[in-house]
Amino acid sequence: MSSLNKSLLIPLVIFIVLVAILAGGFGLKDPHFLPSQLIDQPFPDFSLSELNDPSRELTASDLRGQVVLVNVWATWCPNCLIEHPELLRISREEGVPLLGINYNDDSSKARQWLVRHNNPFQFNIVDDKGKLGIELGVYGAPETFIVDAKGVIRYRHVGPVSRRIWEETLGPIIELLETNPDGLKG
Amino acid sequence: MLTKVHRIVILFALALCQAPAWAAIDAYPFPKDEMRQQYNSLIAELRCPQCLNTNIAGSDAMIAKDLRREVHRMVLEGQSDDDIRAFMLARYGDFILYKPQLRAGTLVLWFGPGIFFIIALVVIFGMLRRRKTNVTALSDQDQERLKQLLSK
Repeated sequence: MSSLNKSLLIPLVIFIVLVAILAGGFGLKDPHFLPSQLIDQPFPDFSLSELNDPSRELTASDLRGQVVLVNVWATWCPNCLIEHPELLRISREEGVPLLGINYNDDSSKARQWLVRHNNPFQFNIVDDKGKLGIELGVYGAPETFIVDAKGVIRYRHVGPVSRRIWEETLGPIIELLETNPDGLKG
Repeated sequence: MLTKVHRIVILFALALCQAPAWAAIDAYPFPKDEMRQQYNSLIAELRCPQCLNTNIAGSDAMIAKDLRREVHRMVLEGQSDDDIRAFMLARYGDFILYKPQLRAGTLVLWFGPGIFFIIALVVIFGMLRRRKTNVTALSDQDQERLKQLLSK
């Protein structure tokens, strides 16, 4: 009788293990989160104009030289408005250059939006066709990338940047990259 | 006069007649029919990164529109299906392909169901075989008890 009981437990154990694996794989994770293919890849080449100075041509070399935060935003994106105060605070207090990609947007609307809500960006890349977005594997806005001094993408955050995201993730990573550029490898 | 039931039946019939409206969102020109076919099959097999379970042919999302435009551009440039899939894979990862590539990381995806099926077969056959051998004759004592119970 006891051996029968034990063998009855085997399916139960398998079932529990399966539930645990599936819960870890599908249930608990945000299904919208796609791992970026571009981590540790150089920022893709581009040649696009600047939002407030359309005669200025921006390329990937404009990102090099120091660790920067690159934020993908648009006027049609409600979460961009939600994260905006935090971006303003970062640009004011944290001393890391904040660069914008105005993604799939109308440039004149975007200029007005920055006047109305204030402009935290050192410059804005006009990606009105979403082509740079595709190169970056962007599938919505906002998204925020950390690009190191050599122009290599080191981190990607999907969704609005909050004070907590800054303190727990973006801030420490930027600090690490600034003090030890080769840290965080892999 | 139409009764209420008639009207409902007609409404249902009309609803069934409706052709699926997807893939008719943007009309790209193609110089060759093969290119149009290539485009149509590619946008049907690429998954929209924004919308969890729709192909880029069937989605209205901005990113799906942009990706259709890129597929169109690459098809016109004469790139092969594999080139275009590799382009998408490099930017959006395995998620973009409804049929994931065979790699170490996707082995479970490809062979998991088959392995589970084989395990299930082994378990079932094992149980059936054991059930057969487990059937033993009742002891004399039990036979006696059985008779008593049945005669009550």
